[in-house]
Amino acid sequence: MELLIHSISGPIVKIKGETSLFMNEMVYVGNSKLIGEVSAVSSNEAIIQVFENTTGLKTNEPVFRTESPLFVTLGPGLISSIFDGICRPLDKMEAVSGSYISRGLNIPSVDIDKQWDITLKVKPGDKVKEGDIYAVCSETSIIEHRFIVPEGINGTIKSICSNGMHAAKDIICSIEDDKGNIQDLSMVSRWPLRKARNVNRRLPPKVPLITGQRVIDTLYPIAKGGTAAIPGGFGAGKTMLQHQLAKWSDADMIVYIGCGERGNEMTQVLEEFSELVDPKTGKSMLERTILIANTSNMPVAAREASIYSGVTLAEYYRDMGYHVAVMADSTSRWAEALREISGRLEEMPAEEGFPAYLPSRLSAFYERAGLYETLGSRIGSVTIIGAVSPQGNDFSEPVTQNTKRFIRCFWALDKSLAYARHYPAVNWNMSYSEYAGELQEWFINKFGNEYTQYRNEMIKLLAEEASLMDIVKLIGADLLADEQKSVLDITRVIRIGFLQQNATSPIDCYVPLEKQFSMMKYTSMLYVKTKELLKMQIPQSAIRDSGVYELMIKAKFEIPNDNIEKFSQLWDEIKKKLDAVAENYK
Amino acid sequence: MEHDMNIEYVGLQNINGPLIVVDGIKDVGYEETVEIICNESERRTGRVIEINGDTAIIQVFDGTEGLSLQNTRTRFIGHSMEISLSPNILGRIFDGAGRPKDGLGKILSDKRYDINGSPINPVAREYPHDYIHTGISSIDGLTTLIKGQKLPIFSGSGMLHNELAVQIVKQANVKGSEYGIVFAAMGVKNDVAQYFIRSFEESGVLERVVMFLNIANDPIIERILTPRCALTVAEYLAFELGMDILVIMTDMTSYAEALRELSSAKGEVPGRKGYPGYLYSDLASLYERAGKIKGRKGSVTQIPILTMPNDDITHPVPDLTGYITEGQIVLDRTLAQKGLYPPVSILMSLSRLMKDGIGENFTRGDHFVCSNQLYSSYSRVTDARSLASVIGEEDLSPIDKLYLQFGKRFEEKFLNQGLYVNRTIDQTLDLGWELLRMLPVSELDRLGDKEIDKYIKQV
Repeated sequence: MELLIHSISGPIVKIKGETSLFMNEMVYVGNSKLIGEVSAVSSNEAIIQVFENTTGLKTNEPVFRTESPLFVTLGPGLISSIFDGICRPLDKMEAVSGSYISRGLNIPSVDIDKQWDITLKVKPGDKVKEGDIYAVCSETSIIEHRFIVPEGINGTIKSICSNGMHAAKDIICSIEDDKGNIQDLSMVSRWPLRKARNVNRRLPPKVPLITGQRVIDTLYPIAKGGTAAIPGGFGAGKTMLQHQLAKWSDADMIVYIGCGERGNEMTQVLEEFSELVDPKTGKSMLERTILIANTSNMPVAAREASIYSGVTLAEYYRDMGYHVAVMADSTSRWAEALREISGRLEEMPAEEGFPAYLPSRLSAFYERAGLYETLGSRIGSVTIIGAVSPQGNDFSEPVTQNTKRFIRCFWALDKSLAYARHYPAVNWNMSYSEYAGELQEWFINKFGNEYTQYRNEMIKLLAEEASLMDIVKLIGADLLADEQKSVLDITRVIRIGFLQQNATSPIDCYVPLEKQFSMMKYTSMLYVKTKELLKMQIPQSAIRDSGVYELMIKAKFEIPNDNIEKFSQLWDEIKKKLDAVAENYK
Repeated sequence: MEHDMNIEYVGLQNINGPLIVVDGIKDVGYEETVEIICNESERRTGRVIEINGDTAIIQVFDGTEGLSLQNTRTRFIGHSMEISLSPNILGRIFDGAGRPKDGLGKILSDKRYDINGSPINPVAREYPHDYIHTGISSIDGLTTLIKGQKLPIFSGSGMLHNELAVQIVKQANVKGSEYGIVFAAMGVKNDVAQYFIRSFEESGVLERVVMFLNIANDPIIERILTPRCALTVAEYLAFELGMDILVIMTDMTSYAEALRELSSAKGEVPGRKGYPGYLYSDLASLYERAGKIKGRKGSVTQIPILTMPNDDITHPVPDLTGYITEGQIVLDRTLAQKGLYPPVSILMSLSRLMKDGIGENFTRGDHFVCSNQLYSSYSRVTDARSLASVIGEEDLSPIDKLYLQFGKRFEEKFLNQGLYVNRTIDQTLDLGWELLRMLPVSELDRLGDKEIDKYIKQV
């Protein structure tokens, strides 16, 4: 039976009558073969969501079936590429259609004719099971692409090609199972876009994802395999923080999803990442990054698909045994895409027009994060960090509230901090990390028990500052007791010297944990020392005037990241100044 | 085209606000342009916004006044809305739907462009780096405008946003290139439109301006076409003729209201404040048409102007705009009431592309630190002021008193500048340092020792 378009409204196309289309089947819509996906079927109609602009589409144009769910082509060549929301390579689309995106282009995400130099890991006669590695190649100079026996295939290697150059589409090996069925494996495989990939088991998060950002690593750490949300109004620095995390976090790979955001930002990531050098490997950042771009003016249905594309690619590399971090900027645009499509389908809206299934979709997305033992018993993880753009900077709106239920790290960005150009504008009183407890052991193993002590002290001081500031707002700081003034002075050091970090400074954009620890330690020592002086009846103003706080604040710029021994020199200087103050008052 | 141009459908099935419904149609495309003939003589334009079997819902741009179910015929044009373009378009004035308004006749050209444009492939974009000098300290120094940027002005009724836009147009120095201005007015008052025309005339740029005017009493739904026509012209001039184009669009709030009116006529589920759920995507389809393209000479820089209803920055129009544009220049009523011009609320304003377009090779090496410290110090002024309003200025600590003085001088000297004053970047930055020298060194927390030596102590 020929399928014909009956109605068109925005990205939604309907076919009248009963069809044999199945849910999530990929279809080509109309004479220009726009890519679409079946999103509902009933006995009297089928609904298709179209990933491309439907302008000019007519009723009674045909719809072509593929009898396959919407899928991604997986294989070597994904890294360093930039894709649209349904994983079409944007650079190849540019080669075909020029500077503007045209419609009806169906280009697979990897080039199946490209030659790769492969090294075999099995030989004929070997028994293999799902998840085993049968070959590897170096996809970029830092990522080894591991070819894995797909789910559900177990048997004996029947035949195999030679080591060396082969096209991605060539057959690498054939596996014969117990029943004598032969399965041919090449370097590429297909995977349904919306389906999570299978694993052996989930492991508890134990190791932090080190980001080099002090407010995150020290105060509100995230685990490898964890989930975090970054909510913030426009201009609060969500994208800037996401970029910082993508650049400096110690994941093996980054999948960066630009979901309904600015075109220039994606261009910036492309430009900047190809120039930046990863401190860990000494190679270009782009060699460990995959970009997905559905900018705000690209079709809305593909925006809905973009986060699934991103997380599927991340899982593919996780299964090879890598720690992958997914940055989704912004999940609010994704939720709005859901709302827009839901509105076109005339579904009953829940809160603020969002569909009732918003929370379940959000939880399904964030639950794909985790630290896993993969098929084939490797350890890999997917960490998901999602930006949230609350409407009107109102954190009580549905996307922020529902996201909060399913993530475990909440890095709330604060407009007033951003106004004062305090970056990252993570509000220390509103943010939290549920991983802090689980990761404590790791930090103690590295730095000893003092670590927890310094961290807790810092959090306590910041909370104390917040309540003191309530008083200061009413009566001014002059009337406070000296002990209280000393709290305000040391928290100023914590805020400006520690929490605030300059993303454009080569020394401060990324700070290793060792330096973070030293900064914390010496700040704490300074506080202890000033308390001693106060006990000797020395006024806080004298301590402040000695300039010790400024010395501590400037440590972030003055002490090189690779020479933290210099902290003891700094401490000598501070001590000398404080001793001089004490001497004066004797 | 295979489409039979001669088929006319007689009569309508339904008329509802700006929408009409035609049934019995065949072979009609989504978003196709429709010619509507009323009483055999009067022609109007519409667009197909939904097709359901053999019924089409059409949005009529010029309004449905006077249409009846019997007196109306419709003809489908076979393509979506297009506009003819040639280099002769410079200096011309059109109405909101792209029809000549200056009595000079149609643009004759075989080059026709779809006014909806197509998204630029992110791979094909060139990241904007070149600074545009506007001669206005608060913009050049603190929210630098970059060629290819979209930087809106958030204002409120009664503030001088039009004057600011005109001053930017007059003083903008797009070095060594051909430049042009595209002006789109949506629902602005007649006087405002006249003010812009007069100002362009006075500064002698009229032959470089293309204007699209939808005045407050013009058909409301037509406003939906106005920015699209304007941006299609801008893209043509920039990316085909290689010019640097500055696009001024005012007032985006009126545009969004037209969209809301249409949406409610369609019976769509409303989002916040009755605006449609797709307001973000719709605004983005306009704002994202700014930028630069690799391998092409020109650029499209956008300065959209919007009035915040009740000065509320969380209203959906400024809110969603801020999420799409690359920063915002926010005008503040308190500053305006003090008689300061331009009344830019520095802390709320931002230019996202600034950091990559300032410094050694663009403006001056010390630009970033200077602006960073000014922001930081001025934010302390707000704290000092709110404290002073509680305990009185007298009881403030000496440092807070100093901040009050700093804030006052910053606003009067740095922010405040006349409508005709054009400051160089050196003047702006030197003024910034001069103000910072009012504060003790210990308060300059964004400066390193070297910078303090160079810009604070040694002067």
